Amino acid sequence: MNALRKYVDKIKPNFEEGGKLHAFRSVFDGFETFLFVPNTTAKSGVNIHDAIDSKRIMSMVVIALIPCVLFGMYNVGYQHYLAAGVDASFWEKFFFGFLAVLPKIIVSYLVGLAIEFVVAQWKNEEIQEGYLVTGMIIPLIIPVDCPLWILCIAIAFSVIFAKEIFGGTGMNFFNVALITRAFLFFAYPTKMSGDQVWVATDNQFGFGAADKIADGFTAATPLGQAAAGQDITASLSDMITGFIPGSIGETSVIAIAIGAIILLWTGVASFKIMCSVFVGGALTALLFNGIGSADNLVANIPWYEHLVVGGFCFGAVFMATDPVTSPRTSGGKYIYGFFIGALAIIIRAYNPGYPEGMMLAILMGNLIAPLIDYCFVQSNINKRLNRINK
Amino acid sequence: MANVIKLRKGLDINLKGKATEEIANVKATGLYALVPDDFVGVKPKVVVKEGDNVKAGGVLFIDKKHPEVKFVSPVAGKVTAVERGERRKVLSVQVTAAAQQEYEDFGKKNVASLKGSEVLATLLEAGMFGFFRQRPYDVTPNPEVAPRAIFVSAFSSMPLAQNFEFALNGNEADFQTGLDALARIAPTYLGVSSKQSAAALTAAKNVTVTVFDGPNPAGNVGVQINHVAPVNKGEVVWTVNPEVVIFIGRLFNTGKVDMTRTIAVVGSEVKAPKYAKVLVGQQITPLLEGNISTDKHVRIINGNVLTGIKSNKDAFLGAQSTEITVIPEGDDVHEMLGWIMPRFNEFSTSRSYFSWLLGKKEYAPDARIKGGERHMIMSGEYDSVFPMDIYPEQLLKAIITGDIDKMEQLGIYEVAPEDFAVAEFVDSSKVELQRIVREGLNMLRAEME
Repeated sequence: MNALRKYVDKIKPNFEEGGKLHAFRSVFDGFETFLFVPNTTAKSGVNIHDAIDSKRIMSMVVIALIPCVLFGMYNVGYQHYLAAGVDASFWEKFFFGFLAVLPKIIVSYLVGLAIEFVVAQWKNEEIQEGYLVTGMIIPLIIPVDCPLWILCIAIAFSVIFAKEIFGGTGMNFFNVALITRAFLFFAYPTKMSGDQVWVATDNQFGFGAADKIADGFTAATPLGQAAAGQDITASLSDMITGFIPGSIGETSVIAIAIGAIILLWTGVASFKIMCSVFVGGALTALLFNGIGSADNLVANIPWYEHLVVGGFCFGAVFMATDPVTSPRTSGGKYIYGFFIGALAIIIRAYNPGYPEGMMLAILMGNLIAPLIDYCFVQSNINKRLNRINK
Repeated sequence: MANVIKLRKGLDINLKGKATEEIANVKATGLYALVPDDFVGVKPKVVVKEGDNVKAGGVLFIDKKHPEVKFVSPVAGKVTAVERGERRKVLSVQVTAAAQQEYEDFGKKNVASLKGSEVLATLLEAGMFGFFRQRPYDVTPNPEVAPRAIFVSAFSSMPLAQNFEFALNGNEADFQTGLDALARIAPTYLGVSSKQSAAALTAAKNVTVTVFDGPNPAGNVGVQINHVAPVNKGEVVWTVNPEVVIFIGRLFNTGKVDMTRTIAVVGSEVKAPKYAKVLVGQQITPLLEGNISTDKHVRIINGNVLTGIKSNKDAFLGAQSTEITVIPEGDDVHEMLGWIMPRFNEFSTSRSYFSWLLGKKEYAPDARIKGGERHMIMSGEYDSVFPMDIYPEQLLKAIITGDIDKMEQLGIYEVAPEDFAVAEFVDSSKVELQRIVREGLNMLRAEME
């Protein structure tokens, strides 16, 4: 540790003002604070600080995402070998998925962090950790067959236009990962939906059983089936364990639940938002079960299945709870969550073009979050005004 | 039976180095100073020259805007220095104590027979009024504007704060006289803690006693005002520290200015944390001589860890400080991979640390910020430790953007920087909340006055 510290101290002057590597100051700074807790001390205000910082908070979210990543990798391999009809071992399936998913994670971090580093250097600020989470979520909410070059474009677009132009992490009002997905969805719809993208049909780095998979193989997600007027083939237990086609990290309710427990326990995600998303979704689905017309299959999916298929759980746990884009007031969080849950089910049931509603529901929620806050804050303001007028 | 108000929001931080309730013997250095910066909002005009002799209670400087507000010497002696900084700003007026202490005589007075204006005149004359604060703006008040009420909080809930009940021992009569005097000026409210049982507090006469039960910052007078009778736009209330109430009582009971107070010398780096009887403005050197650890960098704080000012051994006890706290500075610590290590010795409100498991463990945090400054990312952090009917985050954002209308609407008239101290402590984005609030108050005051 001491040797490392000495080395860091030795190379530090190169990155300071006037040093020959000054152009990489933000990168050096990022790595230094990653290795060592910064030892700058308080100058004004409180003399002691809570040990929590945004690095640790973001790390907790990344840790909470790991079960989804690991299960997602396994499920990618599982679906591949299932489509090929080949009996593969656990490790073969996992390794196939690992090879399919890892490049997406690497690309996601490379593109996003590169932009973050450049912007931090340009604005002479510290690197902000927000992208550590975004960069892990993005690979989990896209189909496995999404090409890497498209991913690059989408990430560059959303990091720049949904975040950096507003001032970086903490100032954006749309969830960056969801803007990436929305960009992909509207710019490259054939790569993002339908029934050809959910199962990896090609070999990954020469590994896999693609030769056994028939040309033109299709596999629809449960919501895709229902939207197309077919019966859902997956069982409820498959939906919960996650052995169904879908975006890489969204399928397993169990993996998401582990993440949810970590987030709630550490207090990083808001319990109020998470719960009210589920309540809003369940009540709306229940309503549709009662009043939905018989030929609208999606409206007639039982309410508990609505909550476990598609991106509902993943969105509720990891994206609706994004503290930056959700309401800041405590009461507003309930309304926001309920709105998202309800809207997601409404879009699922009454939008003919798109079987899943969670993405648009959360983006809509992001859009009205400031309005919800405004109402709560205004009521506090009115209370104060009434006090004078009394 | 006094009204009891229960507060849920807030945070008590359990720190190492609590003072044992005994008085240490401390010999003063003989050098005293009054620091104008301790009296926020005052533009000092020094009325003595180097070499002048003053009595205890003799005027050292006055407020340029309100010359009737005087600031007086705590001791009799010779003015040895008027220390000035950039642009001739007065940093301190120093007095070396004479061997024989003489006091200005303001005359013994029976408070009950005085009118409010007479009480006020005496307080102004004897330099006691300078210790008052007013809401809005948390500054030394304008004596021409009559306050709606006067608030006194008889306890501080800050970490390692002085136990006022202990300091009150033997001063009960003066304290009551002080309250009587304040009550002549305006309705006076006394906030006491549910843990305090001294009759001088719970059964104080001529004032409205309210009991507060809850975590820090329940002892902040601002929090108490917000729950008893919030400050509206256009109103003024005065706040007075309980120590100053004792000074006022002594003034009327003896006719002399005697600014002796009992302070706590505390913190993890103090070898024997105890109380000491000192004079306002006394040099703090002897309080710490041989009493602090020498094996690491230490930070000496004039006041408590959350609202106190970084100071040094040769500095003078602040006019409002009731503690001297010494903690490790921490600028020589290199901690690896802090974002993932368990860090059992670190206190945090976050469950990603283990403070919640370790129960009553006493912590010895250093002065590191422990993270980089970010935009406000997490929501509800400030809210959970801010026991007032105010949206702290929205108010702070209004201040940052300089939106005066919004500041007013969101209740800036009710707050002081110290009310944001706990929020600043828990903030994961490490924003300097107290500095921002102070700037906001100054901005508003410049605009309104």
